[in-house]
Amino acid sequence: MVNSKHKWKAWLYLSPAIILLLIFTVWPIINTVQLAFMENYDIMQALGGKKFTLGFGNFVSVLQYDGFLQMLGTTVLLCVITVPVSTMLALLIAVCLNSIKFLNRFLQTIFFLPYVTNSIAIGMVFAAMFNIIGNVPGLDSSLVSWGIFNDLLGVFGIKPINWINMGSGYWENIFVMVVYIVWNALPFKILILLGALQSVNKQYYDAAKVDGTSRARTFWRITVPLLSPMITYVVITGFIGGFKEYSSIVGIFGDTMGPPGNPGQLQTMVGFIYDSIKKNQGKASAAAIILFAIILVVTLINLKVSKKNTHY
Amino acid sequence: MEKIVTMQEKDMQKVTSTQRVVKVLVQIAVYGFLGIMALVTLFPFYWMIISSLKSLEEYRLPNPTFIPKQWMFTNYIKAFNTANLGSLFVNTMFVGIISTVLSLVITVLAAFAFARLEFKGKNLLFAGLLATMMIPGEMFTITNYQTVVQFGWLNKFVVLVVPFLVSVFYIYLLRQNFLQIPNELYLAAKVDGTSDLKYLWKVMIPLALPTLISITILKMMGSWNSYMWPRLVANDAAHSMITNGLRNAFTTTTGDVDIPVQMAAVALVSAPLFLVFIFFRKYIMKGVSRSGIKG
Repeated sequence: MVNSKHKWKAWLYLSPAIILLLIFTVWPIINTVQLAFMENYDIMQALGGKKFTLGFGNFVSVLQYDGFLQMLGTTVLLCVITVPVSTMLALLIAVCLNSIKFLNRFLQTIFFLPYVTNSIAIGMVFAAMFNIIGNVPGLDSSLVSWGIFNDLLGVFGIKPINWINMGSGYWENIFVMVVYIVWNALPFKILILLGALQSVNKQYYDAAKVDGTSRARTFWRITVPLLSPMITYVVITGFIGGFKEYSSIVGIFGDTMGPPGNPGQLQTMVGFIYDSIKKNQGKASAAAIILFAIILVVTLINLKVSKKNTHY
Repeated sequence: MEKIVTMQEKDMQKVTSTQRVVKVLVQIAVYGFLGIMALVTLFPFYWMIISSLKSLEEYRLPNPTFIPKQWMFTNYIKAFNTANLGSLFVNTMFVGIISTVLSLVITVLAAFAFARLEFKGKNLLFAGLLATMMIPGEMFTITNYQTVVQFGWLNKFVVLVVPFLVSVFYIYLLRQNFLQIPNELYLAAKVDGTSDLKYLWKVMIPLALPTLISITILKMMGSWNSYMWPRLVANDAAHSMITNGLRNAFTTTTGDVDIPVQMAAVALVSAPLFLVFIFFRKYIMKGVSRSGIKG
């Protein structure tokens, strides 16, 4: 072979990638697991020569942390609502887009637009849309603007709601997050599902037409089964992303992860990890491993469920 | 006999006409649904732009206006100065361009080795690299924070560039592209005595240009949108990245704050992304559809 005497060359070309990967990817995998078992590990103290006891202390303190269940609950809740909603909507939009010719490209471009945005920046726009401007709600109505979203609800006769301002409730906050996350998640899902739809063999549909199959039946019996591998893909990546929800919340509420006066009301797993990184890398590592384990389990369940229903 | 035939024909006509009506109704429903969804998709952008052009008094009005009465372009100047967008822009572009160029060089070399050269353990190594893609980024961040502290890199530009230079996904993407180029070309070049690097530069890079453009855009967008890592390791003003600067300049988003100026700042930060999207839509959508990662 021409190449055989130049084996060293391959390693030369690979060396920058390999060296960087060893430092910033491979070592972290080993080290993070190690840190998780060193109780309350802190880099500054470690540099000072301190030794840390080994054990499960970090895991215990994460699991026993008061807010743990709440932040796990918020993370799961956001996933369980946003993934099905955004997947269904994306599927509907993709099927509709696939069935039209006029304005097709134009609409495709519009639907992809939210993807090329900065999730922190656009989060601030959503905050403005749900914001109540003026005094404490209900006191001096001449100075109060309820915000465009409340104005919109007003058209349907719904009274203004305090969505994200001082004193707003957990469920109101969750609603705003769901709207924002779904809006943000649609473009990717539409793109993937539309791509899959375009590669479906038209013969299936022709056959269904000849048989006089109804549209609903065609959708459930042909479209969904043929798309099932891609639907599975979109759902799994959606869940993985959902369990790591963080920056969309920062976009709307800021670093405090909650409305004014109630910081941490919407804390998530990743938010907790980032908050712990500077103070206690041991605890942060334990939390990251717990998160990884949850994601792994959820992904496996997803695969298992979809295997039963997937048509290849 | 003849009567029955005409009955059938009538029926057929009826069926086709109802079918036509149904078809039109379905079309109306489809366009109606898509139209509503498109409006929902676009509304935040519209609201951002018109709010950014209103005066604060107008924005506070109990009944919202949908076109500004008075166009306040000065909001943009105010936003630019409040958030110090100029220096944030320079910092972010600097980090973005340096990381993209270095990342491209590393990716091209590695992808070439995996696609064209033969060496022991190649497949095993490649599989190992792909396996690291399954691990959530937070696992890396903790140790990387520790590493950069030890290197003394905190609050230096190097910390924003080096840790994320290698992306296994980009190597994978480019390798797949390189593999499609027939090996005969490489062997012919070898016979002619062309060096590897010259072959890479003259043949493979031009042929794989679309993939390289996709990588460039995704990497630049990644720098533009990065928030968590810079917040952790470079939060002094001199090294602040644009997303962090924006978020820190407007910490309050609720209550009676100067929303028009905030929206102007948001519009300024979003504008480059839209411009890139307009010109490189095809490459972005192609890259994204194969990745599943945001920015």
